Amino acid sequence: MVVEVQPSHTAEAGHWGKDVRSDLHVAFEGKDTGGIEVALESRVAPYYGEAMLEQARAVLAELGIKHARVSIHDEGALPFTIGGRIEAAARRAGASLDKRWLPEQHALPAPSLKDRLRRSRLYLPGSEPKYFINAALHEPDAIILDLEDSVHRDEKDAARILVRNALRAVDFGACERMVRINQIPLGLEDLAEVVGESPDLILIPKVERPEQVAEVDRMIGEIKARHGITRPIWIMPILESALGIENAFAIAVATENVAALTIGLEDYTADLGVPKTAEGKESAYARARVVNAARAAGVQAIDSAFTDVDDGDALRRWCEASRAMGFEGIGCIHPGQIRVIHEAFRPSAAEIEKAERIVAAYEDAQSKGLGVVSLGSKMIDAPVVQRALKLVERAKAMGAIS
Amino acid sequence: MSERVDLAHNAVGRQVPTMVNGKPQMPFLGVGKFQPRGRKAAPPILSNKDYPDTGDKLVADLETALRKCGLRDGMVISSHHHLRDGDKVALMALEAAARIGVRDLMWFPSASFPSQQGAIALMEKGVIHHIEGSMNGPIGDYCTQGKMRGLGVLRSHGGRYQAIQDGEVHIDVAVIAAPTADAFGNADGSHGKSACGSLGFALADSTYADRVIVVTDNLVPFPCVPWQIQGNNVDCVVEVDSIGDPAKIVSGTTQITRSPDRLRIAELVAKLLREAGIMKNGFSFQAGAGGIALAFVQYLKQMMKEDGVKARFVRGGSTKYLVEMLQEGLTDYILDGQTFDLDGVKSIASDPRHVATSPFTSYNYHGKGNFASLVDVVVLGATEVDVNFNANVVTHSDGRLLHGIGGWQNCLFAGCSILAVPSFRDRIPVIVDEVTTMTGPGEMIDVVVTERGIAINPRRTDLLHSLMGSKLPIRPIQDIKAEVEKICGGKPARPKLGDRPCAIVKWVDGTVLDTVWQVG
Repeated sequence: MVVEVQPSHTAEAGHWGKDVRSDLHVAFEGKDTGGIEVALESRVAPYYGEAMLEQARAVLAELGIKHARVSIHDEGALPFTIGGRIEAAARRAGASLDKRWLPEQHALPAPSLKDRLRRSRLYLPGSEPKYFINAALHEPDAIILDLEDSVHRDEKDAARILVRNALRAVDFGACERMVRINQIPLGLEDLAEVVGESPDLILIPKVERPEQVAEVDRMIGEIKARHGITRPIWIMPILESALGIENAFAIAVATENVAALTIGLEDYTADLGVPKTAEGKESAYARARVVNAARAAGVQAIDSAFTDVDDGDALRRWCEASRAMGFEGIGCIHPGQIRVIHEAFRPSAAEIEKAERIVAAYEDAQSKGLGVVSLGSKMIDAPVVQRALKLVERAKAMGAIS
Repeated sequence: MSERVDLAHNAVGRQVPTMVNGKPQMPFLGVGKFQPRGRKAAPPILSNKDYPDTGDKLVADLETALRKCGLRDGMVISSHHHLRDGDKVALMALEAAARIGVRDLMWFPSASFPSQQGAIALMEKGVIHHIEGSMNGPIGDYCTQGKMRGLGVLRSHGGRYQAIQDGEVHIDVAVIAAPTADAFGNADGSHGKSACGSLGFALADSTYADRVIVVTDNLVPFPCVPWQIQGNNVDCVVEVDSIGDPAKIVSGTTQITRSPDRLRIAELVAKLLREAGIMKNGFSFQAGAGGIALAFVQYLKQMMKEDGVKARFVRGGSTKYLVEMLQEGLTDYILDGQTFDLDGVKSIASDPRHVATSPFTSYNYHGKGNFASLVDVVVLGATEVDVNFNANVVTHSDGRLLHGIGGWQNCLFAGCSILAVPSFRDRIPVIVDEVTTMTGPGEMIDVVVTERGIAINPRRTDLLHSLMGSKLPIRPIQDIKAEVEKICGGKPARPKLGDRPCAIVKWVDGTVLDTVWQVG
């Protein structure tokens, strides 16, 4: 007699163990009969055990799964993570490929302005939910939910679900909510998952040609239209190769949704075949080129991420040099770096004072209907006035002027 | 334990037993409401005739010492935690008691540590009847599972002194671990291979116990200078190879937290002191050796330098960070209750401005004042704080024993008491509707600082007033609680506690503040 055995579809997602916090491990076994069975082990079971079982069942119902055995080993994960890990495990098992479970929507922050302050952007590895929840307390100008280099290639699918849930459920305060997708074409799958949750800005890594930006922009536009999203989703291309640098201007003007250009120095120096140094002489040309192209396109130039978290002095020196070159911000990977960055990108008291005097003179000239702005015996050129206006506006946004 | 337990409601609405380990108990009446009269306890009068004129009180071993001190079934034997988790002496003494066939002892440690979990086997064997002192880890679980024969009694450091002094606990034999001692019994903690700093926790025992045994691994010829324990109170001296594991007695270096969230809490505390005008010339503060407290000291130190402010004294738990403040002239004195790291031990041994204190000087509530209430501000931790500012430090939210009270309750008498806590741990809210175990009444707690904001007790209108217009994230405690519950996915379920008491929590005046119930 031949018995046909249906292979049971099993898969896992997430992590557990002594050093794991705010995450969970889900083992999913799809079945044909028997209904839903959920086993739970958690140190927070006395407080949220019932809630977790209830959530697990709700997630499975939402995913349209009627028969499955799910084993959860929880390490104090929050609901957005629990849902994300169950969904990832189910999808890995081949169940519920077209359905989603979404956590409760936290009120969306105001749409982000194209020219907003972007001094600091804090990278958060997309597969580490424990870093999401308190990131905004450290008040970076932006957080980046990263799906690229900080996420192992086997974890991309689960990370994009987590990032999607975080965009929806986590309070990122006044931070601009950025997502770094993977290189195209993998990045297009990231877009499909996250754009519906209205991130404020998408970082595209390893951009070399304007067409890549245009393609991302087009896809964002399509998804926005499908979801009825009208608020802007800006784009920040990351130039990380010699070719990317050569095409900087074309990339910056590839779409009007590009809000800033940035550079990735690890990959860029690798492409040049030279070591990355603390002084950065090897990348001086590329960085200057990025600043110039960005300014020519009327967008912001943002510097590479600074990854030595223990050397605050080196960070300060780098930021000061970066600001002097024309960059408006820098990436960072630890909350402890944020204050140094903000201090270094803050105009000096003398700069602010001079700019305020120019602005006052400009306003005075405007009120008198004069075409020429003068300060004392000196005539002030229009570009100088423009720079002073921008500096005062930025200083206000930074809280350096009340 | 099958006998019926009579319970009474105390002044904070907690149900507490009226009889514990055969002794009647006074329920908590409110802060400052219980003022007993009468006279203090005293040890028996003894004569020099019974002690050698040579001053040589050395005996061969602990068994001999315990026999000589008349240890019998049902007596009270005490020990101390100045060697912290490195202590070997307490277990050594209890095991010696077992060898001489003594049973049903009440062990009265100033605190118990994980390395002393051998006490569980001694309870199983009947050598120890029950423990009155802090219990955590496996010993805590043993107690909260209801396996101990008597009830645990948790007291603050000051409350332990008070209980001894007032005669609530009569110590038959005190065993004092001494990093240095002479044969007369003078003893000190600042020198020797097992140096630990202050021996303050043993002071009450040395003066009130019927019999006192000093155990040392560094016997020096008379006189042991300096001495913190006076040989005139000591019956026997025992020399052993080692009183403890130096690596666990003090940490090589105490580590400041690297968690950005905890650093944020620490910085908020320091900013609060600066903005409220508490940080001013001649002020004083106390902070423990936890990660947040250490980071707080570093932030405060920076601000003191910026503002040119100097403290009159700081209270330890001393660490390298307090020692640096002393050396940099940012404080005139360290008044030290216990010494946590090597820099602290070195400093207390060599710097006359680094002074050893005791629970008598610092914490005893039944005295003519104590230092704790002279401190301007204290920064403490907690496992739970409720919306009425009541706090819990002794149990997990599920009711299992977690920490001793330590000096925590006594410190609440400072001018401003601040709890520096994360608003939730993993998914467990720290800010709750009602604490599992009341360890400090809300009227004593002035400020709760979390990473999500600062809650000021509405009773402190003066603080609220001095912080008016501040840019610090000052919020009602209910707001923080609501935000945390939103993040955690609703209110946590209340763990089901049993209806059998397994321990009680005393207030600083010896009244019963709350009950720890059997779990599971």
